Amino acid sequence: MLRLEARAAPSRAMSWLSPLLALAVTVVIGLVLFALLGKDPARGLAMFFVEPFRGAYALSELAVKATPLLLIGLGLALCYRANVWNIGAEGQFVLGAIAATWVALHAGPGTGRWIVVALLAAGAAGGMAWAALVALLRDRANANEILVSLMLVYVADQLLGYLVYGPWKDPAGYNFPQTITFLEATRIPRLFTGLRVNAGFVAAVLAVGAFWLFLFRAFAGFQLQVGGLAPAAARYAGFSSRRALWTALLVSGGMAGLAGAFEVAGPLQQLTPYVPAGYGFAAIIVAFVGRLHPVGILFSSLLMSLFYIGGELAQSRLGLPKSLTGVFQGLLLFSLLACDTLIHYRVRWRPRHAAPGAA
Amino acid sequence: MLRLELRDISKQYPEVKANDRVSLRVAPGRIHAVLGENGAGKSTLMKIIYGAVRPDEGRVLWDGREVEIRNPNEARRLGIAMVFQHFSLFDSLTVAENVWLGLESTRALPDVAREIAEVARAYGLALDPARPVHTLSVGERQRVEIVRALLAKPRLLILDEPTSVLTPQAVQGLFATLRQLAAEGCSILYISHKLDEIRDLCHHCTVLRGGRVTGEVDPARETNASLSRLMIGAEPPQLRHAQAAPGAAVLEVRGLALPRRGAFGVELEDVGFAVRAGEIVGMAGVSGNGQQELMAALSGEDPRAAPDAIRLAGRPVGRWSPRRRRAAGLHFVPEERLGRGAVPALSLAQNVLLTRREPVGPAGWISVGRAAALAQGLIERFKVKAPGPQAAAQSLSGGNLQKFIVGREIDARPTLLIVSQPTWGVDVGAAAQIRGELIALRDAGCAVLVVSEDLDELFEVADRLVVIARGRVSPAIAAGAATPEQVGAWMSGLWATEAAHAPA
Repeated sequence: MLRLEARAAPSRAMSWLSPLLALAVTVVIGLVLFALLGKDPARGLAMFFVEPFRGAYALSELAVKATPLLLIGLGLALCYRANVWNIGAEGQFVLGAIAATWVALHAGPGTGRWIVVALLAAGAAGGMAWAALVALLRDRANANEILVSLMLVYVADQLLGYLVYGPWKDPAGYNFPQTITFLEATRIPRLFTGLRVNAGFVAAVLAVGAFWLFLFRAFAGFQLQVGGLAPAAARYAGFSSRRALWTALLVSGGMAGLAGAFEVAGPLQQLTPYVPAGYGFAAIIVAFVGRLHPVGILFSSLLMSLFYIGGELAQSRLGLPKSLTGVFQGLLLFSLLACDTLIHYRVRWRPRHAAPGAA
Repeated sequence: MLRLELRDISKQYPEVKANDRVSLRVAPGRIHAVLGENGAGKSTLMKIIYGAVRPDEGRVLWDGREVEIRNPNEARRLGIAMVFQHFSLFDSLTVAENVWLGLESTRALPDVAREIAEVARAYGLALDPARPVHTLSVGERQRVEIVRALLAKPRLLILDEPTSVLTPQAVQGLFATLRQLAAEGCSILYISHKLDEIRDLCHHCTVLRGGRVTGEVDPARETNASLSRLMIGAEPPQLRHAQAAPGAAVLEVRGLALPRRGAFGVELEDVGFAVRAGEIVGMAGVSGNGQQELMAALSGEDPRAAPDAIRLAGRPVGRWSPRRRRAAGLHFVPEERLGRGAVPALSLAQNVLLTRREPVGPAGWISVGRAAALAQGLIERFKVKAPGPQAAAQSLSGGNLQKFIVGREIDARPTLLIVSQPTWGVDVGAAAQIRGELIALRDAGCAVLVVSEDLDELFEVADRLVVIARGRVSPAIAAGAATPEQVGAWMSGLWATEAAHAPA
């Protein structure tokens, strides 16, 4: 009979190394997977871990994909530390993109660059509003935020569909479900000519510092985390659980909305039904692989971005399905959970009728 | 022939050797005490006898035959029954249903109910099988557990700290039952750290300290001091208790009424008492009589009280948040240390921030250095055994964490300190230190309210006593004028007749 026994003192070093261990496990399983698919494992692995680093263009693409993951992941980490389970960042991301598009569509030929600021603010506000619905229902009706936030993703998808198939459809777009391409003034400034990486990446990296300060140096951040770790202690201390709920959801929703605005006005430059690319869900994995720590999330967002790009490369160069990205993401999360479990517990084989000394 | 014999039982846990070559001999019809502090290894030993834990070494003999007790079912089959310190009863079911659910056989419920009534009558345990458990007092719930154990006609009954939840009168009732059982030939293992009870009840006593047997004595021939020497290696420290010089009332509770929260909460009715500067008021009572509800209302965790039902230095604070009350000088030590008084996973330095604002700057930024310095100061001043301010709260022993939490609140220089169960599960040395600190705080002019189930503790520290029972609070009585019998009677809610002439 296999049993899990709690370890008396889980190794601290191991719990920090756990994501690396999980990555190693993922790579090994990936090698086996490539071999089973009849592809050269070394080449397959290169698609995921070598090619995305080759040249300025590849690095820029890495940053482009990492930007939304990092922004959303930071917000979610704060949320999860407060024990608020927002898993609907995807919907908040879509609402951010919609709100940003609404601002962008108001631009005319004479509009100044200031509109980018308004567009980003609108994006953040859109994500916040979508998350505020979750907070309101939890606060007033005690509705489970996991279910509500997830279901609102699908509502957001429908809303997006209505807009791009209906009122916001580009009249000159050959009836494709998409808005006009954004005017030059409404686009996020790029960092280098010819590369898609834009100011959003800089903002996301700066956000890492801001979140670190908030979580580990601000009293407000401390209160939020106490509420997540020990609700009774938070009540005893007098830290408001309602404020923690609202802060966690508004911040994570705002970050997801901001990511949506950067995405739609950055690499995409128009609103299409393909805006929801799964960043909101992948960012959940990013947050946990990054140990809910801002600096960890910086690395895990880059890692997850590798998987996105690797999946695309595997599709175009090896003829493998793009869903390999999802497989790798899932493998990574699964390996991480397994590593964490084994760091906190040991597996013991125990025959049913053991001698007394064996227990 | 001995009923039960343990020979050289050892059990090693990853961090601690819980039992180190422990031997124990229990004769039929004898009441055998196992005495020791928290952490001395009593519980592990009982779990080994009951089959819940396997020993690493040693032998267990039952009726002279070596046996291997692999699980509680096998223990029950041998005739071993156990009454645990924490009851496992379903609140919403009746007494008979609860007992019936625990039976292995397929007897009909009415038969079981009849049998319960018979056993209860035979042992003088007043118990109605048809009553729902949530209407029972704690003492009555314990009777359910005892009757449940007796239905199996045990030949060895193990009781784990059975009196910690009982009034003095109920303790005498329990002892009468146990003596009757022993006279009928049942052996009893009685686990306790209360010296008076063991000397009163038990025929034989095995003392444990640090997992080893430190004494095998006849308790009737020992004194509390000699038993204490065996148990903790020293005599119990004596408290210096100067006369109190109370000042103005700091906490005034008047007409506090709160409807209960949840189906099994306790409703507070017309609660009134006062605590003055420079005195310690002790609140006695069996747990589950409204202490939790009252504490939450006083601390601000439950802000439903009418504003003027609770006055702090004259100001109506009934609706204030815990933070606002704390800023006004009310500090509170809750009975749960881990998870309420402290966040288990956070460091001591971070746990300081739960109730102390000194390390937080005006803009809301935490000074990590100042928080650590404050925690270090508490560790030194209150002799907390901890590696340092960065140690996680959960890594401390119960007594040391309690010293840290009590210290954190005392160090804040409160005008009113409310402490719930200050020495629960705390070793004797730490308990004496905590009581000494409370008295020192009183002498410095602070108003102190101590809520405890331990009557000895209350008589030791309190200047005045009140009793809480069924959501009501008795009039106050000077501790010097009170007797345990009187307080015990009040713990059952019987002060109404006396209250007419007692000064409130």
